[in-house]
Amino acid sequence: MLLLQIDWSFLLEKSVLILVIVLVSFGVAAYATWGERKVAAIMQDRLGPNRAGFMGLLQPLADGGKLFFKEEIIPEGSTRTIFILGPFLFMVTALMTSAVIPWGPDIHTAAGNVISLQVADINIGILFVFGVVSVGVYGIMLGGWASNNKFSLLSSIRSASQSISYELAMGLSLIALLMMSGSLSMREIAQQQHGFWDGHWLTWNVFKQPLGFFIFMVCAFAELNRAPFDLPECESELNMGYHQEYSSMKLGLYLFAEYINMFISSAVMVTLFWGSYNFPGMDWVAAHTNAIVFALICVIVLMAKITAFILFFMFIRWTLPRFRYDQLMNLGWKGLIPLALFNMVITGAAILWLFNK
Amino acid sequence: MNFLLLAAEQNTPFNYLPIALQLLIAVGFVGIMMGATHLLGPKRRTKDKLINFESGIPSVGNARQPMSVKYFLVAILFVLFDVEVIFFYPYAVNFRELGQEGFLAVLMFVGFFLCGFIYILKKGALKWED
Amino acid sequence: MDIQQILFIVLSAIAIGCALGVVFSRNPINSVLFLILTFFAISGHYILLNAQFLAVVNIIVYAGAIMVLFLFVIMLMNLNSDTEPQKNWLVQLAGAISGGILFLVLLSALVSATKTLPVMEQGSNDLGLIKNLGKTLFRDYVLPFEISSVLFLSAMIGAIVIGKKEDKFEDVH
Repeated sequence: MLLLQIDWSFLLEKSVLILVIVLVSFGVAAYATWGERKVAAIMQDRLGPNRAGFMGLLQPLADGGKLFFKEEIIPEGSTRTIFILGPFLFMVTALMTSAVIPWGPDIHTAAGNVISLQVADINIGILFVFGVVSVGVYGIMLGGWASNNKFSLLSSIRSASQSISYELAMGLSLIALLMMSGSLSMREIAQQQHGFWDGHWLTWNVFKQPLGFFIFMVCAFAELNRAPFDLPECESELNMGYHQEYSSMKLGLYLFAEYINMFISSAVMVTLFWGSYNFPGMDWVAAHTNAIVFALICVIVLMAKITAFILFFMFIRWTLPRFRYDQLMNLGWKGLIPLALFNMVITGAAILWLFNK
Repeated sequence: MNFLLLAAEQNTPFNYLPIALQLLIAVGFVGIMMGATHLLGPKRRTKDKLINFESGIPSVGNARQPMSVKYFLVAILFVLFDVEVIFFYPYAVNFRELGQEGFLAVLMFVGFFLCGFIYILKKGALKWED
Repeated sequence: MDIQQILFIVLSAIAIGCALGVVFSRNPINSVLFLILTFFAISGHYILLNAQFLAVVNIIVYAGAIMVLFLFVIMLMNLNSDTEPQKNWLVQLAGAISGGILFLVLLSALVSATKTLPVMEQGSNDLGLIKNLGKTLFRDYVLPFEISSVLFLSAMIGAIVIGKKEDKFEDVH
């Protein structure tokens, strides 16, 4: 009777971890909206939100609360069920990727238990991320189509087409990294980047695969519909884009999910390329503190790196102008895909014939 | 067999149980959120409010209209290339063990990949500005 | 009943229910959505069999790529003519008979296959893991692997020939 042997404490531990991750995702997303407005304000020499609380820090709460109490409008011409399904799917897929990201090292408690800071350690973690990303297209596609609005339809088709095009280059850009790591498990890739210097070379993958990281980052921008690839939302052509007909929390879910996606994809980039939770001199810290404090420091380091990436996303948004659609497609298909293939072949040849003597 | 042992051991279906749990929690969370706003918000429907917004101009027809075949072509090519990209993953994981022979096999595969790629570029399947 | 059997029954129920939903939905978009759910249930089955790579590839390729293509096709169609034209009962009868025969063929193939093939034990083998799969694919099945790339090439050419013809047609008008 295996059913009776389900370890309830295991399930409880995982549930708590998942709830914390979901709530933190929402929190980060909320404050990313505040951060975005502040960054925009600073770059344009304005003040930005400063009325709700100190430096406008309560602004995200006010915005979220407002969205909760707004009237829901479902246009008459829309397809009702799919109209509701769109934001729902978009949010659920945004919340799923965090399952395979290791948020910190394992905590070995004094009682001999091991607490993992990763929801699920599966040995195809990266492919799981790709699976969720590839399903994430539906939220936008269905929402835009169900609205029965020409702007929304155009925007959702553009968005779907853009994200499938960049998925290819994204998938290819990681092959070279995987050839070196020999594993698809996010946890193993994080552990391989232990510390900072292994005696021969820097351990973080970005120093071994700079081109791969660059391609992956550009693709992440495109997958997130962030500037300079924010064609699905370009105001001058399509008003508001695929969520034009949405109101109340359905709109809120679309907007929040975009920021959660930004948070999670920053986390993926940090985990794969920028050393995950590792930092220089971590062995020394681990030897001088107890396990829980050390894990906490690691989580803080990871969060700091993620924050740096989110800020980078925002700086790019207010620096680069938007691409034209044909330029976007040309960059994805004719630029990044051959570049990623080239990177893969060069890496393979170099490892086989130069370093493997 | 103890369930905890199964879960701790890698490479078993039980590794996926937390993912199912996360899916449940995510669905529940989003569902409650959408249900709550549905109950909380005011409901005052008027005819004008429920028309589609098209920049204030009376809309002509509806949005259920055919679109350019180019998007469709991109989607077909995506499916094909996606499967080819997926083939590289089992190779990348075994890269070191397979050594030179495996690498040559993959180089040949990349050659075919490039043939197809150059063909579609030459045929202008990805040209948007015409 | 152990937990695997319960999961198997639940996943099978979802898969069959959604597959029926694909057939009986009036709206093609709903059919596509049901089909996506069916693929997810099948991926669950793969995971139960410990074929993890296959499970995730099933999601990436079928649920994530091919169904996007299907959605594009449906969006390309004119869905305003929502009510499908009533077909002749003779056509319906012919469809039912040919579908039934196909079903019988598949069923008999399945029955004979279960007699000859060894039954896979759930969750006990490691063949479906990406590492072992890769080794088998690139050691024992290199030739089929290379031939599959030729197949992709021909599919690409087919897609371009059909897709581009449409353009020329538009130019004439």
